[in-house]
Order: sequence, then C-alpha cells, then structure tokens
Amino acid sequence: MPGSATANGFLLVLAVILPFAGVLVSLALGGRNAERVALIVMPAGLAIALAIVVAVWRTGNALQYFVGNWKPPLGVAFRADGLSAVMILTSALLICGIGLFARAQFSTPRGAEARAPLVFWTLLLAVWGALNGVFIGGDLFNLYVALELLTFAAVPLVSLDGRAETLAAALRYLLFALLGSILYLLGAALLYGAYGTLDIVLLSARIHAQPVAWAAISLMTVGLLAKAALYPFHLWLPPAHAGAPAPASALLSGLVVKAPFFLVVRLWFDVMPGMPERATAQILGVLGAAAIIFGSVVALRQARLKLLIAYSTVAQIGYLFLMFPLAVRPEGGYPWSTAAWTGGILQAISHAFAKAAMFMAAGLIAEALGHDRIAGLSGIGRALPITVLAFGLSGLSLMGLPPSGGFVAKAMLLTGAVAEGQWWWALVVLVGGLLAGGYVFLVLARALGDPIEPLRLSAQVSRRRQAVVMAVALCAILLGFAPLRPSDFLQIGRPDTGIVGLR
Amino acid sequence: MVFDAGLAVLVLGVAAWTIVARDTFAAVVGFIAYGLLLALVWVRLAAPDVALTEAAIGSGLTGVLLLGASTRVRRTKNLTAGKEPAAALRLAAIGLCVMVSAAIAVLVLLLPEPAPTLAAPVAANLAATGLGNPVTAVLMAYRAIDTLLEVVVLLLALLGVWSLAPDRLWGGVPGLHYRADPDGILTFDAQLLVPIGILVGIHIFWVGSVAPGGEFQGATILAAMWILTTLSGLVDTPSVSRRWLRLLLIAGPAVFVAIGLAGFAMAGAFLAYPIEHAKLLILIIEVPVTLSIAAMLALLVAGPPERSLHR
Amino acid sequence: MNAATLYGLCSAVLVGLGLYGLIMHPEPLRKILAFNLIGGGVFLLFGVVARRGAAAGFGGDPVPQALVITGLVVAFASTALALALLVRLSSEPGRANLPSEGSGEEPMGGGPL
Repeated sequence: MPGSATANGFLLVLAVILPFAGVLVSLALGGRNAERVALIVMPAGLAIALAIVVAVWRTGNALQYFVGNWKPPLGVAFRADGLSAVMILTSALLICGIGLFARAQFSTPRGAEARAPLVFWTLLLAVWGALNGVFIGGDLFNLYVALELLTFAAVPLVSLDGRAETLAAALRYLLFALLGSILYLLGAALLYGAYGTLDIVLLSARIHAQPVAWAAISLMTVGLLAKAALYPFHLWLPPAHAGAPAPASALLSGLVVKAPFFLVVRLWFDVMPGMPERATAQILGVLGAAAIIFGSVVALRQARLKLLIAYSTVAQIGYLFLMFPLAVRPEGGYPWSTAAWTGGILQAISHAFAKAAMFMAAGLIAEALGHDRIAGLSGIGRALPITVLAFGLSGLSLMGLPPSGGFVAKAMLLTGAVAEGQWWWALVVLVGGLLAGGYVFLVLARALGDPIEPLRLSAQVSRRRQAVVMAVALCAILLGFAPLRPSDFLQIGRPDTGIVGLR
Repeated sequence: MVFDAGLAVLVLGVAAWTIVARDTFAAVVGFIAYGLLLALVWVRLAAPDVALTEAAIGSGLTGVLLLGASTRVRRTKNLTAGKEPAAALRLAAIGLCVMVSAAIAVLVLLLPEPAPTLAAPVAANLAATGLGNPVTAVLMAYRAIDTLLEVVVLLLALLGVWSLAPDRLWGGVPGLHYRADPDGILTFDAQLLVPIGILVGIHIFWVGSVAPGGEFQGATILAAMWILTTLSGLVDTPSVSRRWLRLLLIAGPAVFVAIGLAGFAMAGAFLAYPIEHAKLLILIIEVPVTLSIAAMLALLVAGPPERSLHR
Repeated sequence: MNAATLYGLCSAVLVGLGLYGLIMHPEPLRKILAFNLIGGGVFLLFGVVARRGAAAGFGGDPVPQALVITGLVVAFASTALALALLVRLSSEPGRANLPSEGSGEEPMGGGPL
C-alpha cells in the first residue's frame, strides 16, 4: 500500500491540468488570444511550481495524490519527490523565459488568425503540461500517455516554418519517438503480466530479479534512450533541433529531451531499486561517453551555428548518463546519496538553462545577421554585446568552468568517479570539457573578431529580448553557487532516506 | 483450439503479406484485412470492447488514412524505387527479428501462473461507479485521467496535422472538394447509410455503460458517417477556423476537466465522483467527449487545410 | 497450451515481423505500416495478459483491455500525424524520402531561424 495522499497533493493536479486548460481556451478563442492565454498561464504555472517546491521542502516528504480517490493498483497516483520538484521548477522558469523571448517572433498580427503564432503558443503550453505529467506520474501507463503528449506537442514545433528540411526532420523525430514508445509499452506489458500493476511504488515492492523483469526494463530503457537521443539513437536530434525556430529549439534541447532521461532514472532507481548490476550500468556510461566524444567532435566541424549547438546537445546528454554507472550500487550508502546523483540532476538543470540561452542567443544573432554561418559571425560581438556575453556564459556552463551550474555538475561527477574507483569516467568528463571549450571558443573567437568589411545588420534586435536571454544564461551561472556536496533536497522522498554527505 | 490455431496462422500470414508485398497499395489492403482478423482474435480473447475499437479505429480509420496517403505519396517519383537492399543486411535483419520474436515468446511462456490480475478490485468497486461494463469503469472512473489525457493527445495530433498547412491556407478547408453525383451510388449509399450509421453509433456509445461499447467506438462510427457524407460530396468539411468547430472540438475535454475540478468540491479529489451521482456525471462527461472525439477523428482523416476559404 | 498462450506467441511473431519491415523498407509509408504491426503485436500481448487474468466473473482482466483501447487511439493519432507529415513532405519538390541515414550528414542550408 503506497500510503495516503498528502495535504498539498492537489498542486500536482493543477500543475498538469492548468497548461492543458490553457490549450483548450487558446484553441477555442483562437486568434490573438492564444498568446494572451499563454501570458496568463505562465505566471500561474510558475506559482504552482514554486508552491510544490516549498511544500516538498517544508514537509521533507514527497507529495502524493490519488486521482479520483482511487488508490493504486486500481487507480493512478501522482507523486512529487525532490527530484520531481526541481524539474518542475526548472520547466516553469524556462518556459516563462522562452515565452517572453518568443513574444516578438510569434506576436499575433491583427486580423485573421495566423497559423504559426496559434500553433506555437498552444504547443508551448502543451509541452509544459506534458512535462509536468512526466515529472509527477506515478504509474507507468500514465507516463506513456504523458510521453505521447510530449511527442505530439514537440514534433509540430520542429516543422513550424514549413520548409522541406524541417518537415523531414520532424518526420524522423516522430518515427524515432514512436519506436521508443512502442518499446516502452512492450516493457510495460511484460511488467503488468508479471506483477499485476504498473504503479511505481507497488512495482518496487513486488519486482525481483527475473528474466521478465530484466527484459522489461531493458526494453523500456532502450525505448527511452531513443527518445533521449543518446548515442547511437542521436540521428534525429541535430536536424530537428537546428531546424526549429529558436524558441522551440530552446524548449526542445532544454526540456523535452530531459524527460526521457528523467524516466530512465525513475525506472532504474524507483521501479527496481537495488536491482541493476554495475556491469549493466557501465553500458549506459559507455554510450554516454560515446555521445560526449562524438557529439563534441562533430560539433567542432559544423559550419552553421544552430547545428553546432544541436550537436553540443547530443554531447551534453551523454553526461547525464554517466550518472548511472556512478550511482548504481555504490560502495556503501544509497544511490541518491552519491555525488553522481546530484551531479547528474544538476547537469540536467544547468544544461537546460545554458542550452536554452544558447539557442535563443543564436536565434537573435541569426535574426540580426540574416544567416547563421559561423564563418560570417565576425563583428557581431560589437553589435549585440549582451547576446554574445550570454552565449559565452552558457558556454562556461557547457565547458564546466566555474562559476556555473555545469562546473558543479561535472565536479560532482568527477568526484563520484574517483570515489567509486571508476577513474575512466573522470577522463571522459575532462576530455569532454576540453572539446566543449573547443567549439565554444570557435564561435566566440569569430564573434569577437573584427569583420573584414563593416557589418550590415538585416534586423534590429530589441534590448528586452537580449535581457531575457541574459537572464536565462545567468540562471545557469547562479546554479554554480550550489554547494559541492550531495544535495539534501534531491534526497527527499527517496525510500530509506539516510542523508549522507560526500564520501 | 483448432479454430484459434487457424486464426493465428491466418493473422500471421496476412501480416507477413503486408510486410513483403512490393506494391504499397496491396500492403495497405493487407493491413486492413489483418486488422479485421485481429478484431476476431480480440473476440476470442474475451475482449469485445477492444474488438470493436480495433475494427473501427485500428483497422477502419487507420486503413482509410493509409489508403489516402498511399495514393498521394505515389504521385511523386520514388527516388529509391528499385534499389534492392544487400543480402547481408537482409540476413542480419532476419536474424535480429527472429531473436527478438524468440525472446518475447520465451517471456510469454515465463509469465507467472496464476496470473496476477486486477479483476477482483474492479468488480468490487463497480457498484460505486454505477456502471455495468468493467472496461468502461476503468476508462471513465478508475483511470479517468488516462482517458482525459488521451483526448488531449487526439487534439494535439489534430493541431499538429493542421499546422502542416502553408500559411496562406490557414483558416481554409481540409481535404479535396468532392463533387456530388446526385445519381451516383456513393451518394445513394451515403443517404441510406448515414442516418442508420448515426443511430448505430449513438447506440453503441449509449450501451457502453453496461455492455461492450462506449464512447470511442461510438465516436468512430459517427466520424465514419461524417467522412462518408463529405466523401460523397453532400456536405463540405468546415474550415478550421470556424468558431463552432473549435468549440465542438474542445467541448469534450473541457467538460471532462470541469467535472474533474468539480470533483474537488463534490467528492474530495480531482475526477472523483460522489457515489449517488456517479453514473450521471459519467454520462455528462461522455456525451460531449463522444461528439468531440468524433469530430477529431473525422478531421484527422481529412488532413490539413488544403483549400482556401476564398476562391 | 491454451488459446491465450497461443496468441501470445502470435504477438511475439507479429513484433518480429513488424521489426523486419521497419528495418528493411526505406519508404516511410511502409515504415509506418510496420510500426502499426509492431503496435498490434504489443497490444495483443496486453490482451493475452488480460485473458490470463480472467477472474471475478469477467472473461478477462478489464484494466489491460482499457489500456489497449487507450493505446489504439494513441496509435491512430500517431499514424495520422506521421502520414500528414509524409504527404506534406512528398508534395515538396525533390523530397520523396527521408535523407539517407549517415552520420554527420547535414540537412541542406536554408533559413537560419
């Protein structure tokens, strides 16, 4: 029996339902109202996210809610532990930032309803609702529906401008995502057949090391890896994220791609706690390392800025999966008390802010110049100083230099690697940092250089938008002030919590 | 048992045909046949609600979509037609698929006996929902949140399909303009079948509370009747920006959310129903949801706007 | 072996067949067909699980059956979106298929935004 509903559990329902209510109202009213509805929902959703974080913090326990008052295994539960709470807050902050940034690009013209603004604002809210659904879902089938919501909201954003390349990229994204969903569902079918429930807490009690359980978790993990674009399933990501409009790229790289990673963490540490072997976890680490090396090297070879940033996403996702070999079966202590646990989650959050800021900065640069060729960036540093500075700060986080959230995250991963005696991952982190430095400086050197002929801007970029980009980049920097030890907050709601310091 | 074995072999045979057929149109026809056979399998598995859904949505509507797409994609020259994949790749693929199938087959045989089941709790709580059909109870009461989110999924898919229209055609009419031949057989069929179909659809929806059926199956039949009416040219598809169409689309999920939120006041939780009014509330949700789903399904088949409203 | 197990083996073969079609066919339409086949196999597996859970006077466990109904609708929505993308893509001149899968292949240069 998974206990009882907690007092503030209704906040979880609101976190999911409010954005979707916004979607319904947007579609019904149409026209200019989609943007207005989004602007109303954004602060409300942010308030709910803050309330959830405060509630989890104050009570020191996970929030739990049974939808319809039906308890699992019959009904569906929503749960928010420390992990969920930080992801919900990150999503809320980032979506507000992206929304403010996108106002200029997707402003609704007077007169008849326009396609792109309506679709953008509605899908922005839909992605938000789906993300919250993934972060709080306590039932594996409910999570499947949330994942499908996320896919259907994200794919049309890729092809929003209607060019043939983006249509092809969107189709490939959809096919990879569908493959992932089918594998996930196959695993879920096996789990239900073996244990009679899909509730995460109940499963963790009933599951034990059997071929059916192994197969199910493997299938679901592979499916989620395809959605998360971990090497070798990364093929769909660069064209999709590079082809989408800048605010959508920020959304996709920052948040959408983190949701499947979040679910792999849930699967490995919540559905089958203590079961995975170190050897199996090494596979995920190897794939992560391959992603880091491959993504960074290919990023260095890119001629277009947005593609460089997209390949950087492929690389940075690899860091997330280094968490697994370092947190599974640690030498004494619990997985969530290791440095790697905090490091991995912090990497997800700081990358979200940094990558979003980077894509938005790239969008502003492309608007100003009329193109996004890296070779032609000379002189933009003087024309858009705030934007290029924001780009640089995001790059700091990607490289893992202090002060930035990326530095804390990578430092924790390094510490974890050394503490676990798996020094080879430390090597990977260091090499990845060097390569990231390579492609960040590649762009910055061009941008700060003097142009051969005077730069002619094709469009003016408002200071307000540059300020928004700067604010998002500063969030990634602010995370650098997080203490260099395993976070207590991220351990809230874990079973058998023993809060352990850095080992 | 012999019947089951024969049915299974037939299903696998038609599925294999769908995969190996060279002509896409033939493959699609094979898929539709496979879907109908699969519906029979569902009946043999004592799942009549699923059989209805598979026949209607899985085979019927999906088949219409595939047929439409196969003719439109064929119009453009297929650049890789005629390139045969290497024999080595084929062998490797066959090997991989055989291994995967074998693994799943082994896992099926390893499933525990006696099988864990939720049938007992479903039966025990059925009275509290006021329903007689356990599958409807799961869909509309125990796991109502899944159904709510699933309706939103349909809506998002529709928005995604609409977003594929070029900017100048936004606000236009989906699909081609079918001209009615007043003496043709299609028009005659439509005029004859559609009223009956609508009644059948409503009946299947209505009876779903106590017998196999329900909103999805009924909505599919209503959608099919709408598609038949437009295909025969009797009525034209509405433009995507019409206010009444938008309201029809969101009415179902909006009522669902509203009653869910009312559940906070009435029964203490989101999507909770007070026992005295459970059946009534579920019905109040189901009627607009059925209509909305019918519209969504029909419009998903119609596709993105392709004709401008102004000539 | 009873009927449920027989159909379970059938679902295993369906998944394998669909996977083969997914790998071997280059045209996206056939891939989408193969996806539907794999999906049918997975749903059938759910159905077998449901049949094995027959109890309390029902012919099968209602929960997996409801999950399959939800899954069928979601699968239809996926097919609709994928086909709409495909039809729109094929109406663009010169792009009847997805670009060939090769690592490091870049899409054609176009608008940077």
